[in-house]
Amino acid sequence: MEMVVCVKQVPDASEVRVDPATNNLMREGVPSIMNPFDRHAIEAALRLREAVGGRITALSMGPPQAEEVLREAIALGVDEAVLVCDRAFAGSDTLATSYTLALAIRKLGAVDLVLCGQQSIDGETAQVGPELAEHLGFAQCSYVRALGKPAEGALEVERAAEDGYERVRLLLPAVLTVMKELNEPRLPSLKGMLRAKKAELRIWTAADLGADPSRIGQAGSPTRVAGVFAPQRGKKAQLLTGSVVEQVQALVERLQAERVI
Amino acid sequence: MSEDWRGIWVVAEHRHGALLAVTGELLGAARRLGEASRQEVAAVLCGHGVEKLAGELFAWGADRVYLVDDPRLAANVDDYHAEAVAKLIQEERPSVVLVGGTFFGRSLAPRVAARLGTGLTADATEVELDPESGLLRLTKPSYGGDVLAVITCPERRPQMATLRPHTLPAPQRQEGRQGVLERRTFAPVREARMAILEAVSEGACAANLADARVIVAGGRGLGDPKNFKLLEELAAVLGGAVAASRAVTDLGWYPAACLVGQTGLTVAPRLYIACGISGAIQHVVGIRRAGTIVAINKDPHAPIFEIAHYGIVGDVLEVVPALTAELRRRLGR
Ligand SMILES: Cc1cc2nc3c(=O)[nH]c(=O)nc-3n(C[C@H](O)[C@H](O)[C@H](O)COP(=O)(O)OP(=O)(O)OC[C@H]3O[C@@H](n4cnc5c(N)ncnc54)[C@H](O)[C@@H]3O)c2cc1C
Ligand SMILES: Nc1ncnc2c1ncn2[C@@H]1O[C@H](COP(=O)(O)O)[C@@H](O)[C@H]1O
Repeated sequence: MEMVVCVKQVPDASEVRVDPATNNLMREGVPSIMNPFDRHAIEAALRLREAVGGRITALSMGPPQAEEVLREAIALGVDEAVLVCDRAFAGSDTLATSYTLALAIRKLGAVDLVLCGQQSIDGETAQVGPELAEHLGFAQCSYVRALGKPAEGALEVERAAEDGYERVRLLLPAVLTVMKELNEPRLPSLKGMLRAKKAELRIWTAADLGADPSRIGQAGSPTRVAGVFAPQRGKKAQLLTGSVVEQVQALVERLQAERVI
Repeated sequence: MSEDWRGIWVVAEHRHGALLAVTGELLGAARRLGEASRQEVAAVLCGHGVEKLAGELFAWGADRVYLVDDPRLAANVDDYHAEAVAKLIQEERPSVVLVGGTFFGRSLAPRVAARLGTGLTADATEVELDPESGLLRLTKPSYGGDVLAVITCPERRPQMATLRPHTLPAPQRQEGRQGVLERRTFAPVREARMAILEAVSEGACAANLADARVIVAGGRGLGDPKNFKLLEELAAVLGGAVAASRAVTDLGWYPAACLVGQTGLTVAPRLYIACGISGAIQHVVGIRRAGTIVAINKDPHAPIFEIAHYGIVGDVLEVVPALTAELRRRLGR
């Protein structure tokens, strides 16, 4: 089984805020981490390799420092890593990102399974996986919470639904996005960490991929962020005061004013 | 070039023969956008044997319903649904396409957007038209909700978005409202690469809670299983459903199928009222996406007040009946 896991380096979202005065994102000093959902995608690939054999390539698009998450992936046990890195990719939205990752996956050759995290913790779109499948012409399944063993060119999975789940059969090659419920990711081994230190990463530019300049970076991104702002509500509850009847009246008034009820 | 793309569209979603509440919410929003910009509001209804749902779509505000009825669309096969929706969009060229931010909607919409090469905003909580440019402006939470971003799609069409369920106001239903029903055939160029073997519903409670706009949840603070009756009365006034914390499902006070949290359901109602629930992290992870959270707890230091928007410090057995009575009086129910 030839597998690719897409991993993204993200700012630790719990520490990112908007400056309420200037409406600028405050990202200075915020550490970068591997997107937590992507650990579950790596774990799923490692377990599949243990079950049926094969090879795993970790793939990331990002600035040079995104190399860190790829080394982490190697420490966890993936076989190889590719960083897609070029200034021309700056400003990519999900459409441009998925196009670029699709080109890299094609360049890798025959691939049976692409695994992504459910979503990134910065953009939180959950769109890159399904868009990737569309570019590649692969089968696709999002919100995977259980995974079978591939057999005869197909794979059975369970995906979440609001009222339960669906059992889905996919023809390979396929793209999956996985939920945290799928597995408990392992920690890196000592041997893995040593390997990660010395491993050579492949670095591919826009030219290496033969990317169409109109489909990458800002030019290839139909969406624009027109602004960011901080949510108005504070995090702590507004405690109501007065007698029980007064509190209840005040609550109903607020809920009606805010059209919650 | 974007001038000749006109119309505000909603992709309808249904399950077990009934439309999801989010489809009504989207139509409510689409009506507002359509009226402000003099554009027609249309719904796309894909499925099999679903023609009877068209009337409901008209009542919720659709001027036109595109019905694609085919056995291959009976289940949520993304490949087929993406193809049907994308083809209609290419033929009719709407300016805006809104999709419910459900598991299926958030899987389907990016397939359609990539096929059309257009922009898609995920999981938006607010939608409006910019009065000057006429562009769709979507507000979307990111970085775990600490940042709100405004997203537009200035050039390509259609402008697409998934909208988080239960964040938009409920639509006004107009009984007997009529519209145009257009039937379209489904002729996929390629066979699906996936099959739904089975759709498993995990009990009525899960289905109700998933689609509930209001959830009233009870914890150990209720003191006795019979007090859940108070929550059921409150939920009934609000047209909502009742859920429970782990402490009470473990005690057997309420069905485990109604458990919310890490080991239970993740819910996203417009209003979540936590009654006698301490707010342990394992419970709170299940309600992060709720719109407004109200906590009723007698301990002012209970962690639930850290994440609630409104808090009442008091005895649930006293506060809940008072709240029910007040709502009955105000809402005339
Ligand atoms: C691995 C794991 C997974 C878990 N998964 C879940 C999960 O999915 N969902 C979940 O809910 N929990 C889960 N839990 C359990 C969780 O940690 C809490 O124990 C549980 O949520 C507590 O439920 P509670 O708030 O109803 O009870 P308690 O923690 O006992 O809180 C009762 C609250 O009621 C208040 N109170 C008491 N009397 C009154 C009164 N008369 N009027 C008003 N307030 C009153 C008290 O001040 C207190 O705050 C999990 C735990 C673990 C370890
Ligand atoms: N720049 C990127 N490089 C590699 N993988 C990515 C990148 N962006 C997104 N992904 C993958 O797509 C998933 C969903 O991301 P998103 O659509 O941004 O929420 C992530 O969990 C990753 O697996």
